[in-house]
Amino acid sequence: MAHLEYLLHLADNAVVLGQRNAEWCGHGPILEEDIAMANISLDLIGQARLLYQHAATLKNDGSDEDQLAYFRHPHEFRNYTLLELPHHGPLVGYAVDNRDYATTIVRNFLYSALMALVWEKLQTSSDAQLAAIAAKSLKEVRYHLRHSHDWLVRFGDGTEESHQRAQAALHHLMPYTQEFWSTTAFETQAEQQGVGIAPASVQSDWNHLLDNALQEAGLQRASSDGFVTTGKLGVHSEHLSYLLDEMQSLARAHPEGVW
Amino acid sequence: MSTSHALTTADIWQALDALSDPEIPVVSLRDMGILRDVQVAPDGCVHVTITPTYSGCPAMEQIHDDIVLAVQALGAPVKVHTQLAPAWTTDWMNEQAREKLRDYGIAPPSRCQANSAVVQFASPAPRVAVACPRCGSDDTTETSHFGSTACKALYKCLRCMEPFDYFKPY
Repeated sequence: MAHLEYLLHLADNAVVLGQRNAEWCGHGPILEEDIAMANISLDLIGQARLLYQHAATLKNDGSDEDQLAYFRHPHEFRNYTLLELPHHGPLVGYAVDNRDYATTIVRNFLYSALMALVWEKLQTSSDAQLAAIAAKSLKEVRYHLRHSHDWLVRFGDGTEESHQRAQAALHHLMPYTQEFWSTTAFETQAEQQGVGIAPASVQSDWNHLLDNALQEAGLQRASSDGFVTTGKLGVHSEHLSYLLDEMQSLARAHPEGVW
Repeated sequence: MSTSHALTTADIWQALDALSDPEIPVVSLRDMGILRDVQVAPDGCVHVTITPTYSGCPAMEQIHDDIVLAVQALGAPVKVHTQLAPAWTTDWMNEQAREKLRDYGIAPPSRCQANSAVVQFASPAPRVAVACPRCGSDDTTETSHFGSTACKALYKCLRCMEPFDYFKPY
């Protein structure tokens, strides 16, 4: 059902990036940014909860928000591959590196710019509950966009190293943004039902936001050419299963546990 | 239940007025604009409608439980409903609440910029003068977009050097 898949796509995006950004909690480069990432994650997880609750109501089979977040498998997640990547450059799947804050900031900018435009349009969704969630989320994502924009400029216009790291993060992440615009069947159907929007309808505004920020930061727009990822179809990178394993382990160790 | 008079919405509002935001104990839930509606159903059940502030605000669970306890203390069954639309805005905070925030050391939110489109909003970000809650000076600077909670930013006064929280317009 396209309507349900569309809601899960939005919810999975929020929960996966919320989980990723929360990895900085206690490890932020400076205290203020540690707090900022925790707050941004809190907003994202809050948005995911509202969307999962709504999806569970629509599903009407007795499932709830916890089942949708904690008891679905990686191939059932509909998030963009971009959001599940670790906070560092490309490495083979099992390799790890120090977290790189430029990667975090660039990803948050690319996603926040998209979602600010998407939530803005979804305020007029034919699904009244989704429209209400969009109106709240828009208020929050505006602050996420401002935060990542300001840091993008600070990095690009900062030291040689900060500039180089931000530029490298752009080269690494831009190809993943192709998935924003590759339309799936559930998105097309959701748009036809008036529930969702056509991704292409926000593409030129997104380009405008990105180009303005890059110009201010003195960074070059990296090519987005290359493999088009398919996370929203449930075909993910190897990174999602590790992320979900950590996120879901407590709920799975104590099924139906409550506080 | 045998009470000398039926519970009115005024009784309930009065009881709920004593409840404050767990994160900001100086302002009441009513002042914050979180309490949207109170109804007494013909069967005596009290229906309280609240609206969340930030989507992920962890205080909402506590607020829910506080309301249930406060109404139960009046001897009535209660149901708390969460309503998302219209979305909560800091513009609903009344003047009394703004004054209490300032006294508490938190700069109250400026008014929301009505419906500015995302594309216009993004760059350059409009900066609003935030007055220091301690000395009143407008010569302040933002230290961080996010403070002790999602709803606040960190500021510093450049005149009296006081670091303070600013309740962001939402």
